[in-house]
Amino acid sequence: MTGMSDVIEISGLVKKFGATTALDHLDLSVATGEVHGFLGPNGAGKSTTIRVLLGLLRPDEGTTRLLGGDPWRDAAQLHRRLAYVPGDVNLWPNLSGGEVIDLLGRLRGGLDEKRRADLLDRFELDPTKKGRTYSKGNRQKVALVAALSSDVELLVLDEPTSGLDPIMESVFQSCIDEFRTDGRSVLLSSHILAEVERLCDRVSIIRSGRTVETGTLADLRHLTRTAVSAQLASDPIGLDQLTGLHGLVVEGKRVEFEIDTAQLGAAVARLGDFGILTLTSQPPTLEELFLRHYGDEVEPQPEAER
Amino acid sequence: MRAVTGAGILFRTFVRRDLLAIFWWTIGITILYWSQAVSVDGLYSTQAEFDKAAASMENNAAFIAMAGPARALNTVGGQVAWQATAFGAVMVGLMSMFLVGRHTRVEEETGRDELVRSGAIGRHAPMTAALMVTALANAVVGLAVSASLLAYGLPAAGSWALGIGLILTGLCFTGISLVAAQLTQGARAMYGIVGAALGAAYGLRAIGDVGDNGLSWLSPIGWYQGLRAYADERWWPLVLLLGVALVTLAAAYAVFGRRDIGSGVWAARPGPARAGAGLHSDLGLAWRLHRGSLIGWTLGLFVTGLAYGTMGNDIGDLIGDSEATREVLAAGSADLVDGFYGAAGLMLALLAGGYAVSASLRARGEEDSGRVEPLLSTALPRVRWFLGHTLIAVLGSVAVLLASAVGLGTGYAMTTGEWDSFGRLMMAPVSAGAGVMVLVGLAVLLTGFVPRLASAAWLGLAFCVVVMMFGPLLKFPDWLIDVSPFSHLALVPAESFAAGPYLVVLAVSVALGAVGVLGLRRRDMH
Repeated sequence: MTGMSDVIEISGLVKKFGATTALDHLDLSVATGEVHGFLGPNGAGKSTTIRVLLGLLRPDEGTTRLLGGDPWRDAAQLHRRLAYVPGDVNLWPNLSGGEVIDLLGRLRGGLDEKRRADLLDRFELDPTKKGRTYSKGNRQKVALVAALSSDVELLVLDEPTSGLDPIMESVFQSCIDEFRTDGRSVLLSSHILAEVERLCDRVSIIRSGRTVETGTLADLRHLTRTAVSAQLASDPIGLDQLTGLHGLVVEGKRVEFEIDTAQLGAAVARLGDFGILTLTSQPPTLEELFLRHYGDEVEPQPEAER
Repeated sequence: MRAVTGAGILFRTFVRRDLLAIFWWTIGITILYWSQAVSVDGLYSTQAEFDKAAASMENNAAFIAMAGPARALNTVGGQVAWQATAFGAVMVGLMSMFLVGRHTRVEEETGRDELVRSGAIGRHAPMTAALMVTALANAVVGLAVSASLLAYGLPAAGSWALGIGLILTGLCFTGISLVAAQLTQGARAMYGIVGAALGAAYGLRAIGDVGDNGLSWLSPIGWYQGLRAYADERWWPLVLLLGVALVTLAAAYAVFGRRDIGSGVWAARPGPARAGAGLHSDLGLAWRLHRGSLIGWTLGLFVTGLAYGTMGNDIGDLIGDSEATREVLAAGSADLVDGFYGAAGLMLALLAGGYAVSASLRARGEEDSGRVEPLLSTALPRVRWFLGHTLIAVLGSVAVLLASAVGLGTGYAMTTGEWDSFGRLMMAPVSAGAGVMVLVGLAVLLTGFVPRLASAAWLGLAFCVVVMMFGPLLKFPDWLIDVSPFSHLALVPAESFAAGPYLVVLAVSVALGAVGVLGLRRRDMH
């Protein structure tokens, strides 16, 4: 990513809780103006990373820069410029949603009245209900309205839509679109892949406290396999010589295989030698992409989400 | 019967969840009754002495308002019935309220009830199981009370009257709790209604007993005391208790049949759509969170202080001529009354310590329940957030102590007419109060360094209580007694106020707190 300086720069971050290593030399960079997807299986260390960024946890090793400052030392000043939505929103049972929105806004240094009213309307949130009577989705809406109605440069969102219905999910997506048009940045941890695909410029995938992949979705796709099946005019010979080939099945003139996406061109050229009658190629779905990264290839480590 | 299918399974689950709670309620309430017998017996060496004390008590309106109608006070049984029944009734009322609330309103509020109801469970099964477990708890408590008094050797009829009456009083409040559970959506509001009913029952009988005007007959506690245990028992008030229990239970079932699961008859009151000026800051929020409990503790300690104060100068008569008692109470002071109020001041300060610990641990509770994260992700520095809670804990402790002091002074002055003693009496809890601040400091220290063990601050309070009550008796070594900050403070008015130790104890509190805050600055927030 080129352009201005990064709003989040993490390199070699280590965080241990007693004997367990929650973050093991994690790297993450979020550029100004981008929506960055933060992905990984449960317990990979996403929430721990976010807590370090918020200055709630003290890093053991590595450098962490947030909006140009030190998230541990300068927490309060930096927090004027960001807003956070936790995945599991806990509200005070006796405070109404409206009171919580105002309180969090005031503590952040003020909120935009017009946007507050607009967001309440769009999210169809009743601000007069007490904390204990909200459902999970509605508690999340309270935190979202509080975050989105304040004037900040960076949004840190930890699975912010896990309790929202599809209509509210699309309201959320258009809110993020509006937010980014002003050149502001978002770190979005999410399991909803359609949301990630729709919103994120780049993604980072972490596993067991380590970053295993960073890039645009197109970059990541490039690293995976495409499924190809073809009906040929003549019997294919020597297809197994192709580089990056997996699971080749030859039944007479019909072939099926998977090929590393980078090698797709070479493979199709080779098939051309035998005369292609029909050809289908299927790029990997997002699910396959993530399952590949979430799978068991890396040494499993003890879970340590907190 | 289909409406209660599954009640048996739920009942067994509830019993398993409540076993420990029922055990402790039983122990606590039984001790309340049994200890009255133990403490009265042997206090007076002659019956004449006992008669004299009884006469003094009978004429003390404050005592009657607190305890109940004076009957056969010159017998051990009469003393037990007088001193234990009003509080015993309130205790079973609270127990029934909490048990009912826990298995009805709280379950609905958390959504667990819905999960249970998705099983092969009749519509009335959860409520019936809640009723069964509460009835069981009341039966266990009542029988334990009877058994303990019988075992002590008190007359059988009176002992049974106290136990059976207690069971039916408990059932009465069980019914009232079940009705309240249908009315509101939240458990807290339900506890508010039952608490008000308990307060009204206690208040009506207090006014009725003092004025002898029949108001006591509007109160279940009055009916319970109307059994006249150990004083020529009469049994028909049991019918009143049973009647109200049955009527309220029937009403609860009827209302339940008409309402939706998860909601109350009264719709939940909406809150304000905007935060008021009071919620402008972290301190405003902290105040909002502490407010209710602070008001409760302040009133509670004021009344407790008042109760001690109204004993006035009758202490000498009340505690009789037992040498041992006099020695313990006088605590080295020549004057028995001063000695007693010195000890009372210490007791009040330790009670205030209960508030201090619970208020100081509030910040940790907020952290534990995950409500701090959104706050600290704003421009609010963590130390400032924490100091806000601690400031309220400190000022709140001062308020609670002062309330007990004003209560003590007022009670004493009202009873004796000696208003110039007001200040002297007030100093009793104030002098012992510096120790309360050490408890705040301890809680802050633990929160700063070992947050997961912060509730160990309660052990600090328990230690101070044990040292006060049993230290001299069990001949604890001096160094151990000296660990309790309360051991270093003057027992005013028996001793004269000593500013030196007072300031040292305060300085220790500040030091503990300061170190704790340093720890909080460095540690992870969870």
